[in-house]
Amino acid sequence: MHSALALIVTLLAQASIYLMLYAPFVAGVQIILYAGGIMVLFLFVIMLVSIERSQRERQFNKQWVVGMVAATALGGLFIAVYTKGRGIFPEHALPAVEAQNTQNVGTLLYGQYMFAFEIASLLLLVAIIGAVVMAKKRI
Amino acid sequence: MLDYVRSYLTSNLTPGSAGNMFWAFVYIVVIFLGLSVAVIAMNWLERKILAHMQVRLGPMRVGPHGLLQPIADAIKLLLKEDIMPAEADGFVFWMAPIFVVLAAFTVFIVVPFGPTHAVTDMNIGVLFMLGVSSLSALGIVMAGWASNSHYPLIGALRSSAQMVSYEIAMGMAVISAVMMTSLNQQGTGTLSMIGIVEAQQAQEVWFIFKFFPLGLVAFFVFAVAMVAETNRAPFDLPEAESELTAGFHTEYSGFRWSLFFLAEYSAMIAVSSIAVTLWLGGWLRPFPNLLTGAKWDLVFSLFPGITFLFLAGMCFYSTVRMPKHPLFRIQTIGLAGFGVVLGLIGLILFIPAVRERVQDIYWFSMKVAAFMYLYIWYRGTFPRYRFDQLMKVGWKILLPMGLGVLILTAGVGLWPLIQQTIWNR
Repeated sequence: MHSALALIVTLLAQASIYLMLYAPFVAGVQIILYAGGIMVLFLFVIMLVSIERSQRERQFNKQWVVGMVAATALGGLFIAVYTKGRGIFPEHALPAVEAQNTQNVGTLLYGQYMFAFEIASLLLLVAIIGAVVMAKKRI
Repeated sequence: MLDYVRSYLTSNLTPGSAGNMFWAFVYIVVIFLGLSVAVIAMNWLERKILAHMQVRLGPMRVGPHGLLQPIADAIKLLLKEDIMPAEADGFVFWMAPIFVVLAAFTVFIVVPFGPTHAVTDMNIGVLFMLGVSSLSALGIVMAGWASNSHYPLIGALRSSAQMVSYEIAMGMAVISAVMMTSLNQQGTGTLSMIGIVEAQQAQEVWFIFKFFPLGLVAFFVFAVAMVAETNRAPFDLPEAESELTAGFHTEYSGFRWSLFFLAEYSAMIAVSSIAVTLWLGGWLRPFPNLLTGAKWDLVFSLFPGITFLFLAGMCFYSTVRMPKHPLFRIQTIGLAGFGVVLGLIGLILFIPAVRERVQDIYWFSMKVAAFMYLYIWYRGTFPRYRFDQLMKVGWKILLPMGLGVLILTAGVGLWPLIQQTIWNR
C-alpha cells in the first residue's frame, strides 16, 4: 500500500514535469488517467488482498541495497545537473507554447496520426473484449 | 502601496496570467476563507432547510434561530477525543483526510468567479478540475484501507467504485459542452474555464440552451453524475449508517472526520461551479442580450446590495419578533448587530466602483448557491438508491445518454459543414 501511494506521488510529480515542459494537456491526462483512474484500480486489488497473509509471508524482494544505489545515483544526477548543468540548457527561457497545446495535440492525433490512433483504440477494444470473455462464465 | 492596489483594480488579467505572486496569494487566501464561511453557512442552511421541509424547527438553541450552531459544532469536533484504531496504519490514516481536503480545495485555482477573478486561467481548466477532483477517490480508498476494519474497507470499495463509474458519464457530458465552444462558430474550442464562459458570451447563448434539447440533456447527465460524485443524497451510501454502517469514515472522529466533512462540502461547491461555468454562463448576468442598455446594467448591478439589505431586513424582522424575556436580551442584541453588519455590507456594495467589480462574483455565487439549494432539496426529497440500482443508473442509463448526446452534439454542430460538402459535389 505504501509503495502504491509512493507511485501515486511519483505520477503526480511526472505530471508536473510535463507542465514544466509546456505540455499542460499531457499533464492533465496524466493526472486524470494514471493517478485518478488506474491507481484506484491498483489500490482496489491491494485492498482485496488480505493484509494478515501478506504480512505473515516472507517478503522475497529484499533488494533495498540495489534500491538505495539506484536512488543515490538518480539523486546525484539531479544535483549534478542542477549545479553544473548551465551549459546544457538554452540561455533564455523558451517562448510559452502552452496556449495552443491541447489544440495541437488534437489536430496531430486526428490528422497526421489518425491511423495509429485508430489502431491503438482497436487494441484497447480487443483488450476489453478479452477481459469480459475471461471474467464472465456465461455470456 | 495604494497605487499598487489601484493599479490592480484597473487591470483586466487574472493574477496567474499576469504572473503576480502577491495577488495570487491574496486570491488564494480570500477563496479559502470564503469557502470556509460558505461551508459553515451551508451546514446551518442544510439543517434549517431540511428541518423546515420535514415540518420541524431545526437548531434553535445556540444563538438566535440556531445561527451559532455550526460554530458550536466545529468547537465540539475539535475538542472531541481523537480516536485511532489500535491496528490502524497511522501514517495513511492521517494522510487520507488531508489528501481529500487538498484535492477538494486545489480545484478552486481555476474556478472563474469573474473575467479577472480567478487565481489563474489554465489552458486545461476543465481537465484539471476533473482530474484533481478524481484524486479524492484515492483519499477515500486510503481512508478505508488504513482503518484496518471491515466496514470502512467495504465502504471505501463501494464509494470509490461509485465515484470512478460516475466520472465517466460526467466526462462525456463535459466533453459535449466543451465541443459546443467551437461548433457552429468561428475559431477553435477551448478547455479553459474563462474561455468557455467567454465563448458563451460571444455566442450569446448559455450552453444549456444550445442545440435545444442536447445541451439540456448533457446538463442533466452532469447534474446527476455530480451528485453521485460527491457522495450526496440520493447516492449517499457512505452516510447510510442505519443500513450500511456508514462508509469509509466509520472509524474517523473529531478533527479528521471534520476534514472529510469540509472536503465533501467544498467538493460540492467545486462541481457546482463546473456546472455553472459550462452550462449556466458562469459570471454572466441573466438575460445579457435581451435586457441590454445602460439602464438594465444599472438595475442588475444593484442586485448584490439589495440581497444583503434583504438579509439585513430579515434579521431586523426576527429581532422584533424575539421574545421579550431578559434571558433573550443578548441574543436579541447579537441578532440586531448581525443585521447591522449585513446592512453595512449591502450599503458598501452600492458604491459604483465596488458594484462594477463585485457584480460577476455575485452572479457566479448566486448560481452556485442555487445548486447548493438543489442538493439540500434532493436530500429532503429522494430516497436512497441501493448499490446495484446505483451502478445500473450510472452504467446503463447515464453513460449511454452521455455518449448519445456527445455524438448528436458533434453531428448537429457539424451539420452545416456536411451540408456544404454534399451540395458542393
